Amino acid sequence: MENFDVIVVGGGPAGLSAAISAARAGMKVCVVERGDYPGTKNVMGGVLYTQPTNEVVPDFWKDAPLERPVIEQRYGIMSKDELFTAAYRDPAWGQPPYNAHTVLRVKFDRWLAEEAEKLGVMIVPETVVDDLLYHGDDVVGVRTTRPDGDLGAKVVILAEGANNFVAVKAGLAKPLHPDSVAVVAKEIIALPAEKIEDRFCLEPHEGATIELFGDSTDGILGTSFIYTNKDSISIGVGAMVGAMGRKGWSPNDLLENLKAKPYIKRLLQGGEIKEYLAHLIPEGGYNSVPKLYRQGVMVVGDAAMFVNGLTREGSNLATTSGLIAGKVAAEAIQSGDTSAQAMSVYETRLRDSFVIKDLYKFRNLIGLLENNPHLLGEYPEMLNQAARMYFTIDGTPKTEVFKNIMGVFTKRRGKSGLVKDMFKAWRALK
Amino acid sequence: MKLDDKLYLVRFNTDTLNHIKIKNPDLCLKCKDKVCTFICPAHVYDWDEEENRIAVGYEGCLECGTCRVACTDDNILWEYPRGGFGVSWKNG
Repeated sequence: MENFDVIVVGGGPAGLSAAISAARAGMKVCVVERGDYPGTKNVMGGVLYTQPTNEVVPDFWKDAPLERPVIEQRYGIMSKDELFTAAYRDPAWGQPPYNAHTVLRVKFDRWLAEEAEKLGVMIVPETVVDDLLYHGDDVVGVRTTRPDGDLGAKVVILAEGANNFVAVKAGLAKPLHPDSVAVVAKEIIALPAEKIEDRFCLEPHEGATIELFGDSTDGILGTSFIYTNKDSISIGVGAMVGAMGRKGWSPNDLLENLKAKPYIKRLLQGGEIKEYLAHLIPEGGYNSVPKLYRQGVMVVGDAAMFVNGLTREGSNLATTSGLIAGKVAAEAIQSGDTSAQAMSVYETRLRDSFVIKDLYKFRNLIGLLENNPHLLGEYPEMLNQAARMYFTIDGTPKTEVFKNIMGVFTKRRGKSGLVKDMFKAWRALK
Repeated sequence: MKLDDKLYLVRFNTDTLNHIKIKNPDLCLKCKDKVCTFICPAHVYDWDEEENRIAVGYEGCLECGTCRVACTDDNILWEYPRGGFGVSWKNG
């Protein structure tokens, strides 16, 4: 049996960041990946944030295969064919130090794995980890599904992604619940760069993102996204599995429904579908975070439910948790103590970071939106109705227009309903 | 574009082993909604009227894992295909 200091299960941003940070601290590290090479099984929207990635590979933007730096973020609220949008744009985001880039994970993850290899990390591809390997109660490595596939390690970092098989077997996580994961259907649609730049008002090498709420998911808790790559568009719809099942939606139909909306149709016009993809997003938030460590083990990234759905952050939480776990693993091994107590330093540092602080901040949001479907159902309709009344010029005096707009909200929700909704939202976000 | 045509765009290295099993086919007979038949993004599951069972086309599985989470009877044994097999994204 080959022995390592650290074995990382899964070669995504969380796992590779963990591997790189452990290798930098002098550890002998192995990443076990089930795809042909890291990236081929990996999917995200995908927006990659600069700050945490820069901590993994300084000045990564000089070499990494990135699509476009994001200079505009647009949010939209949809009601049938109506759309209310707001956007923020800063051309400075198109220059170093950047804020975020769009990426295609097959290219990016492969590059990141090569960076890990430069530091001596061994990547074992085409290998599925079946379980942890125990000696008594102590974790001493991983068992792969290959013949004679045991690998020894002092610390195992689980970066296996949303489908958290090993973490469940280890008793750290519970099986996924339909109300805590979203399924995403996504397409890559090829479009010439000039068309992308014209349609999204971009200079060459600038990028934009759009997230849509409301009717884009038929009022189900979730979002739709449209991201500009170099010469393609990533478009997808993610919605909670439980609610989709109850409403009878298939992910592909939800995506086709979005693509048929007038505004979206025009953005994609003439594009050619290059790939159709699907993936799970752990959206359960703080209350669904598993036990993050035990003797000789830490859980990072999607496997730890580190996704902030409201702000579509995930890769940054994955990267940051991986960096911390890799460092804690090295410190524990160097001090000869890989006990649960030594591993608990990982959770302590996560709690001091934005990762758990943000998940905690929004801990009641998922429940609020799931238990109050009218917030994502009726409010987008009311908002668009109000905007339509405000912008329609038909001889109605403005005093009456404002009165009518107020009437839209009070009629649908009642005055006390509005106050209650606002109170609930305030309580969930305070 | 129809779903079948979209799935033609996906690159697979198909395994000869099936990585998906219905644990207890009798439970499917009583299952009213048959969520697997519509919630799978690749339409891997289909109700076979003649044989009265769920037919599983594992070869087209996109490996998202939605089916096993969505099945209201927890009746789908879904595991990863063997290493190196299954879907191999071109873009991600």
